[in-house]
Amino acid sequence: MSLRALLDNRLMPAIAIAAIVIILPLFFPSAYYYRIGALVFIFALAVVGLNLLMGFAGQVSLGHAGFMGIGAYSVAIGPVAFGAPSWLCLFAGAILSGTVAFAVGRPILRLKGHYLAVATLGFGLLVAIVLTNEAGWTGGPDGMSVPKLALFEWRVRGSDAWYWIAGTTFVVGFVLALNLMDSPTGRALHAIHDSEIAARVLGIDVARKKLTVFVISATYASVAGSYLALFNGHITPDSAGFLRSIELVAMVVLGGMGSIVGSLVGAAVLVVLPQVLTTFHEYEQALLGLIVMGFMIFLRQGIVPSIAAVFARWRK
Amino acid sequence: MMVLEANGLSISFGGVRAIDDVSIAIASGQVFSIIGPNGSGKTTLFNLVSGIYLPNDGNIRLAGETVTGLAPEQLARRGLSRTFQNLQIFSRMTVLENVMVGRHRHERTGIMADLLHWPSVPRQNRATRDAARAALARAGLAGEDDRPAGSLAYGALKRLEIARALASEPKLLLLDEPAAGCNPVETQDIDRIIRAIVKDGITVVLVEHDMRLVMNISDRIHVLASGRTLTEGTPDQVRSDPAVIQAYLGVHGSQEAVRAFD
Amino acid sequence: MAELLQFVSSGLTVGAIYALVGLGFTLIYKASDIINFAQGEFVMLGGMMTVFVAMADVPLPVAALIAAIVTAGVGLALHRFAIEPARGASPVVLIMITIGASIFLRGIAQIVFDKRFHSLPPLFGSDPIQFGGAAILPQSLAVLGGAAFIVILLWLFIERTLLGKAVIATSANRLAARLIGIDTRQIVDFSFVVSAVIGAIAGILITPIALTSYDVGTLLALKGFAAAMLGGIGSAPGAVVGGLLLGMIEAMTAGYLSSNYKDAVAFLIILIVLIAIPQGLFGRAKIERV
Repeated sequence: MSLRALLDNRLMPAIAIAAIVIILPLFFPSAYYYRIGALVFIFALAVVGLNLLMGFAGQVSLGHAGFMGIGAYSVAIGPVAFGAPSWLCLFAGAILSGTVAFAVGRPILRLKGHYLAVATLGFGLLVAIVLTNEAGWTGGPDGMSVPKLALFEWRVRGSDAWYWIAGTTFVVGFVLALNLMDSPTGRALHAIHDSEIAARVLGIDVARKKLTVFVISATYASVAGSYLALFNGHITPDSAGFLRSIELVAMVVLGGMGSIVGSLVGAAVLVVLPQVLTTFHEYEQALLGLIVMGFMIFLRQGIVPSIAAVFARWRK
Repeated sequence: MMVLEANGLSISFGGVRAIDDVSIAIASGQVFSIIGPNGSGKTTLFNLVSGIYLPNDGNIRLAGETVTGLAPEQLARRGLSRTFQNLQIFSRMTVLENVMVGRHRHERTGIMADLLHWPSVPRQNRATRDAARAALARAGLAGEDDRPAGSLAYGALKRLEIARALASEPKLLLLDEPAAGCNPVETQDIDRIIRAIVKDGITVVLVEHDMRLVMNISDRIHVLASGRTLTEGTPDQVRSDPAVIQAYLGVHGSQEAVRAFD
Repeated sequence: MAELLQFVSSGLTVGAIYALVGLGFTLIYKASDIINFAQGEFVMLGGMMTVFVAMADVPLPVAALIAAIVTAGVGLALHRFAIEPARGASPVVLIMITIGASIFLRGIAQIVFDKRFHSLPPLFGSDPIQFGGAAILPQSLAVLGGAAFIVILLWLFIERTLLGKAVIATSANRLAARLIGIDTRQIVDFSFVVSAVIGAIAGILITPIALTSYDVGTLLALKGFAAAMLGGIGSAPGAVVGGLLLGMIEAMTAGYLSSNYKDAVAFLIILIVLIAIPQGLFGRAKIERV
């Protein structure tokens, strides 16, 4: 394959990201960096899913942490209560999230703008309330510990192992998202974003397409939630809470709505920033709010699309 | 055979009867125009026929089948497509992608295939792209493929909507003011495009203010005034109907109206 | 019976607060089509600021006044510095801005104040009044009276003053309002200030009963929004009725079903109303134009 053909390849961004995943550890001075890397990829996975919904199909969700919570508690409760292996619980959680998204999405995705925002927000909070109150299963507000992931004989522990698992899964999720964008379903979703009415007149079943992408994005969030729980070894209902949902949305808009690469950038910024600013720990919330406001006011397109626009002007 | 029949359609918004007992019957292969002064209910009638509004009364038949109350997407699958007076462009997509969306009802891949990029998907994408290019050419927009749709001029956007609708291979095409805001040359292009569409066997329903275009191209003209049918006939019949002239510009303007209709 | 009466009284008390928050939403929504997710932060600021100013040995009424004024300033700043620069943006962008503002204010509050719960001394003592077997706190009456006072004042203002008419005109048609010489920006400024003050008063009134902390805003905002939605978004009487109704349903749920799930009720109502009767109890259906 010539260099030119490689650069024009549809999967070029994914190849580049895979290369980054592989090369990055060469520069890691300590295990701590593997930990940060793993966190970035886990969040980026959820953000890619949410970006398909928000940036691509134009439907907002302020309750996506609810699906992360379902994924997280699946791998926490499943092994303890039913003795099921963690990886099976992860899949079960993803299916459960997809099913819940299907059931909830059918009525609420008919709503638009503010109304959809509030409805999804309400959904996310309901999940958090259930997780807080069903203490017999979930340990209540204090949360519960999560058994380590075991794959056959290999008990997964250590940040470096999770770095590779999360990195690989992220690349897979990234490729699936690229595939979707370059397909009939992807075009239909993109069309819905700009004009629902024109999409319908062209024969697109808007309600069904929205439901499809909602289910897909919930599945992404669920897997990310399971990973986060297994990685951290402990979860609380906060992992399904309002602030987490807003964090996810902030990552989407920061990186750039509709930019799949942006999802990684957005996740990286908001995961790394608090680590850099540990001394300002108590300013974290104020800073998050300020970042969200600032980007929405001054850089609405997000980091990656803005940079792309600058490059485009350059080439001219 | 009647491609489209509507009987006794009525719809009210907040007590105002926007369409009041209107019936139309459109034969296959015709150019059927709906005219009337501003606010007479032309676009509302389009919205009823294309399933965007649900009529309070009356029924609609498409190719002999009752379709009253069906959603726009269901009607689209039965071969009805339309354009919009106030443009509904997918402005974030390129020109070609806009028209590719028009192929949606002919695309045959499932969500799993789409996610995994099975071989059927690139094959489908190629077929869709080719068909979309052909539709663009029919609307006189060849060679603009990769431009962002939002960057086209107004007249070109009108044609882009036509290309997008054509890509869905409709049997019946509703055009809502395709020549609005077009200069005389562009209007002639629209005229040519419509004639070619009809020649390909597509029935066209036209809402348009440019009387010259309407008179030139229509087989039948249906005149609305204040949501009711004023009259219907051939261009010659409508042109010479004093009631039409009066409804159009009132008594004062009827002199100018006569000139405009000639 | 006594039990029911007890639930009704506590339901009406929190309901009055939800009504005030819902009213704040409605006012801003009317003037600008914006749903202000930071509405709950006004309530939090009102309560917390009164607590902390009063701690500095300032008499309570003065502390309350200072809190209301500062909150009004925050409302104005929110509009001027966060909403105005993003005029014409999509609903999602505006939602994110107000949510960002809400998180920002919360973050500031936990630095400036603290992360503990606080209370205020009740206005008319704390001896419960016995009524039909139920014990009613005097502060409940203060809450209800205060809420009623605000509702009447707002109603008089909208109906009887020129500025009120300008608010109505702006909400009906912004462009037309501007054409007849109404400074719509000022009207929106004004709606943010009034909403902030209403929120602050709600916060001051409820703190003696329900405690306050830096993070009470989100839940209150959502419940106020549920109230506004239940009544029909954009309808002021709707917000009041919706608020009282929501408070009652919550109190009944807590009393007869499960107090753990009383917070869930508001969100279930949001979901049900949105899906079944999106126009709410008092609102009007909207027609989509193509």
